[in-house]
Amino acid sequence: MGNTAIKVTGVCKSFGQGEAKFDALKSVDLETAFGEMVLIVGPSGSGKTTLLSVLSGVLRPDAGSVNVEGIDVWNQNVDQLADFRLGKVGFVFQDFHLFPRLTTAENVAVPLILKRKNWAASIQEAVGILKVVGLESKANVTPVSLSGGEQQRVAIARAIVGQPDILVMDEPTSALDGDTGRSIVTFVKEKVLNDKRCIIIVTHDSRIYEFASRILKMEDGKISEPERKKP
Amino acid sequence: MGGILKLAYKLLVNDKAKFTALLVGITFAVFLMVMMTSMFAGILNHASATVINVGASMWVMDRSVDTVANSIGMPDFVLDEVRSMRGVKYAVPLYSGSALLKLASGRYQGANIVGLDDTSLLGRPELLQGKIEDIYGENAFIAVNDSEFPKLDHPHMGSEFELNDHRAVIVGIAKVTTSGLFGVPTLYTTYHRAIQYIPNPRFTISYVLVEPKSPGDIDQIKAQVQAAGYRALTKDEFIAKISDFYKYQTGVGTNILIMTVVSFIIGLSISGQTFYTFILENLDKFGALKAIGAKNHELISMILFQSAFTGLTGYGLGIGLCTLMVICAKWRLPSYASVLTFLNLGLAFVMVVIIAAVSSYFGVRRVLKIEPFDIFRG
Repeated sequence: MGNTAIKVTGVCKSFGQGEAKFDALKSVDLETAFGEMVLIVGPSGSGKTTLLSVLSGVLRPDAGSVNVEGIDVWNQNVDQLADFRLGKVGFVFQDFHLFPRLTTAENVAVPLILKRKNWAASIQEAVGILKVVGLESKANVTPVSLSGGEQQRVAIARAIVGQPDILVMDEPTSALDGDTGRSIVTFVKEKVLNDKRCIIIVTHDSRIYEFASRILKMEDGKISEPERKKP
Repeated sequence: MGGILKLAYKLLVNDKAKFTALLVGITFAVFLMVMMTSMFAGILNHASATVINVGASMWVMDRSVDTVANSIGMPDFVLDEVRSMRGVKYAVPLYSGSALLKLASGRYQGANIVGLDDTSLLGRPELLQGKIEDIYGENAFIAVNDSEFPKLDHPHMGSEFELNDHRAVIVGIAKVTTSGLFGVPTLYTTYHRAIQYIPNPRFTISYVLVEPKSPGDIDQIKAQVQAAGYRALTKDEFIAKISDFYKYQTGVGTNILIMTVVSFIIGLSISGQTFYTFILENLDKFGALKAIGAKNHELISMILFQSAFTGLTGYGLGIGLCTLMVICAKWRLPSYASVLTFLNLGLAFVMVVIIAAVSSYFGVRRVLKIEPFDIFRG
């Protein structure tokens, strides 16, 4: 599959030891393509977030491999992993994790600054991305003065400012009301998703299923039969 | 790295409450540390005033002398013996004692009397008014215009007072490098007038001031004086001995040390705790940075920068506050014994570095322990 973005093979991950040992992922296989918006759904404790963490280079699996654009993710040292995440993956966290003391432009610029880009150029670029997400006018305010939906858009702007190939979103609509949640996912599908990018979303929110290219249901650490959706 | 440090700077200073608390903690600690040590330095400096002002290279004294103020009279033959020693260029007597003056107003005032060798006037002060040769005039005394000068009822040329029923007259006003510790004015006269006017025990030479032929002769002079049953010290050694006396044989040194340590502990507690809380409150943000792609050494450099920036800013504010305090105090109390020395500043700097290092150590430990996965788990 020449268009493969992520290939997960036989990934296992356990937490705890002895009797308290819990198998969060049980030999999971997964393949996603560029241009896809994949939703991973399932009950709490089914291993969705663990899978998201493993495939984004955040959590080391006990077994198996993750391959992103030909890179064997977990065959890298700690610094290489950090570079991989910075260069290839954009993160949108459930609680946004924006810096309340920085302006929205500075928040968005963080990945660029970590890439050692000049401060002024980073801010300029961040303002450009804020324009894309419709928040250019809020570039100089702090996130605390923004609504939940706006904060989520800032988080998305921060995730995409470095032009990552993979965008991972953890429960992006859980802190938002239904309309805002849907508008955020609509925005992501229309403005963020393209044929050079793959978006993986972990969610409980059934209202956004309709936007997915594909929905993978997880249960008890395994992916059950995927439900195909129209891209 | 510049952008990352700027990010660290903004995260720090934009949290105004925490940053202010951190600065207050370190500023307060530095202020106390520098104030304590500079007061001590001031006390030591004033305690050695006579040694500093007279400026002789070597001082011969009784072995029991601890401070310049507590001189023990030596017989005249000591002066002759010292003059005959190998390596001595010249040696002169010095009288140093206290006396009670009866001022023209009828008020009594204690004073230090320094009696300079009649021939050489070695150790004479710099005159602001009058001529040094006037010291040979009848009943002549030179008043030192230091912080204690007003206690002589602001004397002027020709002012008179009584000293042990002798008439005395001011023939000169002098200035000196350092004023004394004990809050009494100082008068200079000749050695012979001093021992004539002031009731004295049998032996009247307080110190023999020695000039060696060369610095290489100092050791042999010391050995010869030692063999004669007395002690010879260089100027610096005498000042150090006086310092040691105040440090170790009075409570002053111990108290200052305790206060300095307490200041350090207060600073460490306030700043350490506040900085650690700051790190804890931002722990999830550091975790997010880690998940996004920040490397451990980058996060460490951010924390170290924040800690160093706070420490240095607090240090500067503390020193500034201390300087302001000393200036104000000296403005109102000219004899206020406080001296900011490089040693004081260096000591405070080292302590600030320790405070910053300890504070950041615990922060760094927490940040290194956090896993990016924790951010996903919430």
